[in-house]
Amino acid sequence: MKAKIKVTLKNGVLDPQGKAIEGALGSLGFAGVNSVRQGKFFEVELAETDKAKAQAQLKQMCEKLIANTVIENYDIELA
Amino acid sequence: MKSAVLLFPGINRESDMVQALEKTTGVKPHVVWHTETTLPKVDLVVVPGGFSYGDYLRCGAIAARSPIMADVKAKAAKGLKVLGVCNGFQIITEAGLLPGALVRNAGLRFVCKEVRLRIENNQTFFTNKMAEGAVVSCPIAHGEGNYIADRETLEELEGEGRVVFRYVEGTNPNGAANDIAGICNAAGNVIGMMPHPENMIEALHGKRDCLPLFESLLAA
Repeated sequence: MKAKIKVTLKNGVLDPQGKAIEGALGSLGFAGVNSVRQGKFFEVELAETDKAKAQAQLKQMCEKLIANTVIENYDIELA
Repeated sequence: MKSAVLLFPGINRESDMVQALEKTTGVKPHVVWHTETTLPKVDLVVVPGGFSYGDYLRCGAIAARSPIMADVKAKAAKGLKVLGVCNGFQIITEAGLLPGALVRNAGLRFVCKEVRLRIENNQTFFTNKMAEGAVVSCPIAHGEGNYIADRETLEELEGEGRVVFRYVEGTNPNGAANDIAGICNAAGNVIGMMPHPENMIEALHGKRDCLPLFESLLAA
């Protein structure tokens, strides 16, 4: 079973990397870029075939390691 | 005063820390590899600086989940003194021993220079030989030292005197909230700091400003 996990910074957490990308897009001539926030994307392949069990396992993985819930949100998508 | 210095792949400041501890406490620290599951019998555990696991995922994140860290957390809960410096601060914060998080420097650059630090709390095991409000020079070398926490956490840290070190006003090198350079937990037995005091304790370092920090260990 394949899963896609998106990790994004929580609202209000400063993202200097996003800001730098935003600035670079501006200097490339892309007008009207109001904001860029950078996040992370993971593809995880699981041996588990039960969707509910996989979901529970992935949630634990996010809570324990993949995301730092002090500053990040995560979103799990199971294929 | 027996101590242990933890070693993870990618850590590179452990030798300086070992030297500083040996020089000031008179006892050579144990160096403990991350796959160990039990700490030796010590009074202090130091998590040194470097780039554990190449800062993959988030700085300190993978080291914080190493086998040895389970024992560090269990013993810290019972009062074992823990000091995390630089990547060590990131590791113990990722491990949940301290609140908040350390994120990319606001200026995006890796900053390697000498800063001025104010001792905000001189009642801790690492600052008791310092005067409160004393200002010392100390080197920093990090790309992710920008301390952040939610407002309640910051208020709690400030209200309980748990900001131990602060960058002198107007000199904040990384954008850290409230100019925070180092904090302690509620019980006071866990301290984390971004600057490297182990590199400012002898004549060859240029200054010895941070020697009293290590001398504090003997009185604690």
